[in-house]
Amino acid sequence: MTGLFELLGLGASAELLSLSGWGGNLLRGLANSLQIAFGAFGLGLVIGLFGAYGKLYGGKVTRDLLAIYTTVIRAVPELVLILILYYVGSDIINKISEAMGGGRVEINGVAAGIWVLGVVQGAYATEVLRGAIKAVPVGQIEAAKSYGMPAFMIMRRVTIPAMMSFAVPGLANLWLIATKDTALLAVVGFNELTLETRQAASSTRAYFTFFLAAGFLYLMVTLCSGAVFARVEKWARRGQPSLKGGAR
Amino acid sequence: MKLKALLAAATAAAALSAGAAAAEQVKIGIAAEPYPPFASLDSSGNWVGWEVEVIGAVCGAAELDCVITPVAWDGIIPSLTGQQIDAIMASMSITEERMKTIDFSDPYYNTPAVIVADKSMDIAPTPESLAGKIVGIQASTIHQAYAQEYFKDAELKVYQTQDEANQDLFAGRIDATQADSIAMADFVGSDTGSCCEIKGAVADDPAILGRGVGAGVRKGDDALREALNKGIAAILADGTHEKITAKYFTTSIY
Amino acid sequence: MISLKDLMQPHRIVMMLVFAGIVIWCAIALRWDWIPKYAPLALEGLWATVWILAVSTFFGFMLAVPLGLAQAVGPWYLSIPARTFCTIIRGTPLLLQIWLLYYGLGSLFPQFPWIRSSELWPYLRQAWPYAVLALTLSYAGYEGEVMRGAFSGVAKGQLEAAKSFGMPRFTMFRRIWLPQAVRNVLPTLGGETILQLKATPLVATITVMEIYAVSSRVRADTFIVYEPLLLLALVYMAIAGVIALAFRRLEKG
Repeated sequence: MTGLFELLGLGASAELLSLSGWGGNLLRGLANSLQIAFGAFGLGLVIGLFGAYGKLYGGKVTRDLLAIYTTVIRAVPELVLILILYYVGSDIINKISEAMGGGRVEINGVAAGIWVLGVVQGAYATEVLRGAIKAVPVGQIEAAKSYGMPAFMIMRRVTIPAMMSFAVPGLANLWLIATKDTALLAVVGFNELTLETRQAASSTRAYFTFFLAAGFLYLMVTLCSGAVFARVEKWARRGQPSLKGGAR
Repeated sequence: MKLKALLAAATAAAALSAGAAAAEQVKIGIAAEPYPPFASLDSSGNWVGWEVEVIGAVCGAAELDCVITPVAWDGIIPSLTGQQIDAIMASMSITEERMKTIDFSDPYYNTPAVIVADKSMDIAPTPESLAGKIVGIQASTIHQAYAQEYFKDAELKVYQTQDEANQDLFAGRIDATQADSIAMADFVGSDTGSCCEIKGAVADDPAILGRGVGAGVRKGDDALREALNKGIAAILADGTHEKITAKYFTTSIY
Repeated sequence: MISLKDLMQPHRIVMMLVFAGIVIWCAIALRWDWIPKYAPLALEGLWATVWILAVSTFFGFMLAVPLGLAQAVGPWYLSIPARTFCTIIRGTPLLLQIWLLYYGLGSLFPQFPWIRSSELWPYLRQAWPYAVLALTLSYAGYEGEVMRGAFSGVAKGQLEAAKSFGMPRFTMFRRIWLPQAVRNVLPTLGGETILQLKATPLVATITVMEIYAVSSRVRADTFIVYEPLLLLALVYMAIAGVIALAFRRLEKG
């Protein structure tokens, strides 16, 4: 066993990974990754909710535009989208700011990462939420309408709570994609977990130590999120007949 | 959960709009990769090295409020033109090709291009000797441009960072690499670089290899270019440049 | 499929005109003079992308079948390793896996000088075997999970019927179980293959010269930022479209 450890260059791992060593860098990278994943997931949800409503109830033009948005985003690699949105995004914002007579707008890496991944997440979230809203029995929404509820209140009090149980599995999947997609920001030089890992690995030449440590951190995020989403799903399903072992 | 995510998105949006106020800082872009002895990350997350110290000294002399901003090397010029950074000080050589897109300050150091290969390999820095060999180069560098022009009979492998090319030289996946002599001297002196040695400088072609390393700025950003020139001249005149160099090298690199 | 009548609605005609306008503007206002020079390289890159995609999905799927089967009905000593493999692959970023394989293994080579004289060395020193391996394992990990569901989804009665006819186990698997499971996953498989296509540019980070790497080369050589990326996005959309059509054909046939 120790032979294998030495072979993989894991001998000095404990020292390298300590918080005063490179471990601190890795954790900082993880914090950055999670921050972006949270933001992108949130932005994606907002875009997705509007997108889903637009696709279901919007006019012809809205629906076609949204179809183009979701198709393009889901066909082009995230890496390419990140490069396009990263450079285009800051260009556009600065041009607008200059046109309005303002100065240059500074865009920090986190905001840029959230914007880029959020736009990507939005396309997938649109599809997930559209499916979930469609799964809500029409009668419930019609009943709310016949009571004279305003549209926004129907959304808030009826549609969203009722669709939650259908949406949660898809959203859980999207969240996992968000956490893993943050790794792609390494390619544009953003200091998230994967880039921190590579920098640590190439500075110390302990490739296996750091790549395995980062893999472990990502895996922990995945497993913990899985546990959290299982609880959320249970909560979203409260009051509904259990799926398991139900008589048919 | 959702609320938290929404909050994060909202703060991000706020950060976007609030940033406009603090536009006075000058963002100096460096490559987000270890490039010793010029710039590398230490274990507490700080950038250190010769170039990092020079950036500090130049900005101090020019009275600029600089922040070091790491970006991906192969996107460093788009980052400059896209206004994510204000200047590039990342060992970038002043070349005709780059001058079409960006402006440069006066040079602040100079380094010839060399070929590095395994000690046991009989390789000379000439196109004939490298024919049929696998040569690793970093993307978007003068070395890529040079190798594409002169080493047409070699198989070229393009890496995002020089560090990855060095790693593959160590692993034996490439036969040779072309890079800056100073960084390579540091590499062959390290543990991983002990496999290899500098085989010599390539024949000079100033049109491709440029004339020294300077700070890149956006076209027309003359105020910043002048300020950086002033700073570079000042640290060359008062001996700061020499003092920093002595900490890292045995000979002058200007 | 969209019929001609669908396309001829007034708002769609307007949108198509707007789109045509954008395309014409792009053609005139942006720089495309680099295309002739890089066309041969781009074709090679395109071929590399398609080739890596085809090989990795094929072998990935071959690997996914036993992985799915082990998880669905295998004994614990098979199902636990299979599940662990799928969890690890799905729980970590592909970029990290690629770098671990390529640079991690590469860092070990110097400790074994004999590797360089072995017959495998010509492959070990190139990048594409690592790219294919990483993408194959990744596809297997995701599809193993899908196949698990597909195998569990085949009606038990059919398998019992086959058994009662005295069908040998392997014939039963080949003739009844596998075909039904595959038919069940075909719609998912099309989407998953497009996801796999979207993962291929990551191998450019380990020096594989596929279509994304070619566009990076153009950007590095010419300092043109957007045009190569826009064209690249178009190329990927075209490939994704072909994949979607092919799977639709498969589902019908």
